[in-house]
Amino acid sequence: MAAGLNVMEITQTHYIVLSVLLFCIGAVGVLVRRNAIVIFLCVEIMLNAVNIALVAFSRGLDQNRGEVFVFFVIAVAAAESAIGLSLLILLYRQKRTLDVDEINSLKG
Amino acid sequence: MIENVWLITALPLAGFIIIGLLGNRFGEKLSGIIASLFSSLAFIVTAMIFIEVLTKEESARKIVVKLFDWIVAGKINASVAYQIDPLSLVMTLVVTGVGSLIHFYSIGYMHGDKLSAKYFAYLNLFMFSMLNLVLGSNLLIMFLGWEGVGLCSYLLIGYYYETKEAGDAGKKAFIVNRIGDFGFLIGIFLIIFVFGTLDFSELEHLAKDHHSGELVIFWITLMLFIGATGKSAQIPLYVWLPDAMAGPTPVSALIHAATMVTSGVYMLARLSFLYVKAPETMFIICIIGALTALFAATIGMLQNDIKKVLAYSTVSQLGYMFMGVGAGAFSAGIFHVVTHAFFKALLFLGAGSVIYAMHHEQDIRNMGGLRKKLPITHITFLIGTLAIAGTPLFSGFFSKDEILWKVFNYSPAIWVIGATGALITSYYMFRLYFVTFYGESRSHDHHGLDGHDQGVHESPLIMTLPLIILAVLALAGGFLGIPHILDIFHSGNIIEEFLHHSVSDNAVVSHGKYMEILLMGISVLLAFVGFIFSYKLFFKNKGIPRKDEEYAGLQKTVYNKYYIDEIYNIAFVKSIYHFALVLWRAFDVFVIDGIVNGVARLLKNLGQGMRETETGVVHDYMMYMAGGLVSFFVLLFLFYL
Repeated sequence: MAAGLNVMEITQTHYIVLSVLLFCIGAVGVLVRRNAIVIFLCVEIMLNAVNIALVAFSRGLDQNRGEVFVFFVIAVAAAESAIGLSLLILLYRQKRTLDVDEINSLKG
Repeated sequence: MIENVWLITALPLAGFIIIGLLGNRFGEKLSGIIASLFSSLAFIVTAMIFIEVLTKEESARKIVVKLFDWIVAGKINASVAYQIDPLSLVMTLVVTGVGSLIHFYSIGYMHGDKLSAKYFAYLNLFMFSMLNLVLGSNLLIMFLGWEGVGLCSYLLIGYYYETKEAGDAGKKAFIVNRIGDFGFLIGIFLIIFVFGTLDFSELEHLAKDHHSGELVIFWITLMLFIGATGKSAQIPLYVWLPDAMAGPTPVSALIHAATMVTSGVYMLARLSFLYVKAPETMFIICIIGALTALFAATIGMLQNDIKKVLAYSTVSQLGYMFMGVGAGAFSAGIFHVVTHAFFKALLFLGAGSVIYAMHHEQDIRNMGGLRKKLPITHITFLIGTLAIAGTPLFSGFFSKDEILWKVFNYSPAIWVIGATGALITSYYMFRLYFVTFYGESRSHDHHGLDGHDQGVHESPLIMTLPLIILAVLALAGGFLGIPHILDIFHSGNIIEEFLHHSVSDNAVVSHGKYMEILLMGISVLLAFVGFIFSYKLFFKNKGIPRKDEEYAGLQKTVYNKYYIDEIYNIAFVKSIYHFALVLWRAFDVFVIDGIVNGVARLLKNLGQGMRETETGVVHDYMMYMAGGLVSFFVLLFLFYL
């Protein structure tokens, strides 16, 4: 069974493609979704896409600087989501909505 | 004492600063006393220096006292330095002497004027400027003083600034002088260009290398003379002086008769070494002087404002000075400056005394019969009149005849103009005298039932004393310059000999002494004829000048001053006004405003356009960010990979 199985080897390229795909999904989500929380989630997706790329390159280049960097990204993302979510709560209390198209009182 | 010459200018300056800063606390009387004190101290210092200079050898009488460097740029080195020589000493004595008398007189005249601290501050500032003009050892210091006296003249003409007339007169004086000063400045620039120095001694030395009649000398001297026509009220720039009578009367006496207006003559005498090299300019000066002397005298015949008559006579007398200077008789011109300072200051102060007594009435048609009420003013005014008319033995006789004699040697035709002017001078001065002091009192009764005349009193001692002193000077001042043929005491022509080393007289005397006596006789006769006319018209027939509307024909033209003001108004003021209007409406509104407003509108529209992008919608901002990033990378790939 195992012999007949066509096992595809997972190369660095695959990780990079995955990272690009995730990044694009996140970016498109940020650009098209209207709910602030969803936008926030999409930003997190983009961050993690970057993380995948970093880890992949780190392995490919056989050194661990990228992996160290990923920890920083995760730490910063955690802090950012804590602040970001509390801001969103305050925003909701103020405006009773999280639709970013309706929160446009800063227009010039 | 000579090294302390700076005191002469520093004292009035100190007076100006003290009164200018603290005058309002001092009050009018104390301000006047302080101003007079500083002015008289300057006179005392001058007198001491004068005596010291007299003890020196004639050739050692020129001393330059340098105080400090002022402008050092390239080869121009203008220092603040004062030049003591006979010429500047004579002028300094006149300025400080007559000036101090007028300061004292002003204490009485300005009594009751709330702002007179300001008046005395300006008066001292004027003294400072005038003394700089006279004493400066280079053209730049002279120009500093020249502008300073112009400023003070403006400030003091406009002293009664509540009336529009005074304000306008001040502006007119300042602007007309500005035109002359433009010529003066060009003259200075030309001198720097040609000689590379402004120092009088160096200029005199360098001028020796230039030939008579050189074109550049002609232009330098002509330009400086244009400056003189402005300051000394000659044709065509005399128009400001009659209007300047809007100022207080002592100011008219000091600035517009005795000192400032003669500074043009002084400047010509100071630069006589240049002028003798420009015979064409000298001819122009002589002609302009003669024409001014006659022209102003004819206007003076029909003026009815006591100060206006004196103003036109000042213009006319200044014409005589220029006539003499043009004929090469610089020392005779300066002699007339001195005697004129005495008798014209006297006449103006006398007029001021009359105006003071008449409660600021200036029209001689409303005076009359003041002889008994103002005895001292009457006698002193008579002395002034006799002096200006050229009565023998009075000061004006000697100086005017000296000029006319030199002019006759220069050109008999110009002498005829000058002699005619002398006839008219005698006529209008006696007319003024008779109408003011003789006949019935014609003053309107404005002041209650007990009669206005009750209020007409002789002026206080502080005003009459300067009158008496000036009367003595006007009477005796002529003995400074007795012509040789009348020199019975063998004292010589004191002033001419004294000035000998500092001015370059080049008047030639080609006629004999019998001619001189004949001319003297003629001018005395002419003065007498003028007197007779006045006597018949205004004393015998008790005539009084007509009312304004009764003049007709030529008389009307003369009465309205030949409509010169109106002609200037149309030719210069209106045309410049309309030109300015065109510049404003066309160039300024369309071009300048167009550029300024256009830039503003462009930026405004740009901002409006940019504003549209700021929607406040987070998605739009994110799109910009994404778009920016994408284009950044696209460009990066295109150009670097």
